Formats: sequence, structure tokens, C-alpha cells
Amino acid sequence: MNGFFSSLRLWFAPARVREEGETPDYRFSLANERTFLAWVRTALALVGGGFAVDQFLPDLRWAWRIGLSLALLAVGAMCALRAVNHWVRCELAMRRSEDLPVTRFPALLSLAVGAVALIMVVVVLFGWAEQ
Amino acid sequence: MTETVRDPGLQPERTRLAWRRTTLSCTVAAVLAGKQALQGGPTPLGLLAVAASLALWLAFVALAHRRIRSLSVPRPGVLPVRVAWSAAGCVLAFTLFSAAVVR
Repeated sequence: MNGFFSSLRLWFAPARVREEGETPDYRFSLANERTFLAWVRTALALVGGGFAVDQFLPDLRWAWRIGLSLALLAVGAMCALRAVNHWVRCELAMRRSEDLPVTRFPALLSLAVGAVALIMVVVVLFGWAEQ
Repeated sequence: MTETVRDPGLQPERTRLAWRRTTLSCTVAAVLAGKQALQGGPTPLGLLAVAASLALWLAFVALAHRRIRSLSVPRPGVLPVRVAWSAAGCVLAFTLFSAAVVR
């Protein structure tokens, strides 16, 4: 929990990142930046998926359609926030030459995406559509 | 003549391409958002939503362009935290926008 609050402080005082430790090899920072961008793309894909559920499954019952759509959008928003948090934490760890932070987020995300996909298959197969 | 150090791993170039890929993803999200906003025909509110999604997309393109330009030196600096937040902010704005227009 302490780690969470210290990283929260860094969100709002970004200049502090540069004060810590020493600047790593620029190639490591660029690799970290690319990982961050990959997470941003994942977030954008989830947001796009939220739109797609709403637009391309018009026969679905309203509650299912909106529920799945909003679930995907919420996961997308979490993914974007977490991308910045993880990027800052990795950058700090490299500066302090500590181990990189490990998280459960990728596992949780894949479970959530799998659950949404499964629900979608069930809903479409069993025809919980209108009529 | 200045010596240009070539990075054998092409790290700056790969990072530039990663920004381009992300811009492409952002374009897809913006197009879907615009389509969503015009689902019920071109109402004034719908057109306003399309303009908002276009503005978000332009903001992201400008952000990516500036970062890509700053990456075209032999030893580029670290991504500024402000830029990281702006990129994530664009995604969050799309999320809020879509939560508002999904019906």
C-alpha cells in the first residue's frame, strides 16, 4: 500500500522522477516507453471493443449490450491509468537499479477479457437477443 | 562533420514506429467513436460529439508527432511524464466520451 501512495505522489510531482538515482542507458528508457505504448494500444483496443459491442450487436438485449460495452470501456480506462503507473515505476526502478516491479495486472486483464468473450459467446449462442 | 552514432538495435526508430502504431489505434478508436455519435442520425448533439472526437484525435496526433520529432536525435531523452499523462489522458477522454454516447 505504501508503494501505491508513493507512486501516487509521483503522478502529481513528475519532476521527482528525475531526482532519483541516476539516468539509465537511454535504450532501456526507450524500451520502457515502447512497453508503455503497447499498453496504451491495448487500452485503445478495449475502448474500440466497447464501441464495437454497442454498434455491431444491435440485436442484443439492451442491458447485455450496454453492460458488456461499459465493462470493456471501464477495463480500457483502468488499462490506460495502469500504463502510466507501471511506466513511472519501471523508470524509477531502473534509476535506483532495483528489480523491475512485478504485477498481477496482465493475468487479471486476460481473465477479464476471457470472461467478457465467454459471456458474449453464451449470450449470442443462446439467443438472448430481442425476439 | 558531426559523427552520427548509429544504434545497432535501432531503438529510437522502433520507438518512433511504436508511436505511429499507437496513432493508428487511436484513429480506429476515433472513427468508431464518430460512427457511434452519428448512430441516430446527424443531430446537433451528435455533430458536437463528432467534433469532440476529432479534437481528441488531433490532440493525440500532435502529441505523437512532437515525440517522434524529439526521438530523431542520436541519443533521445526520456519520455517526459507530462507526455505520458497526455497520451493516457486521451484514452481516458475517449472512455468518458464513449460512456456518454453509448446507448
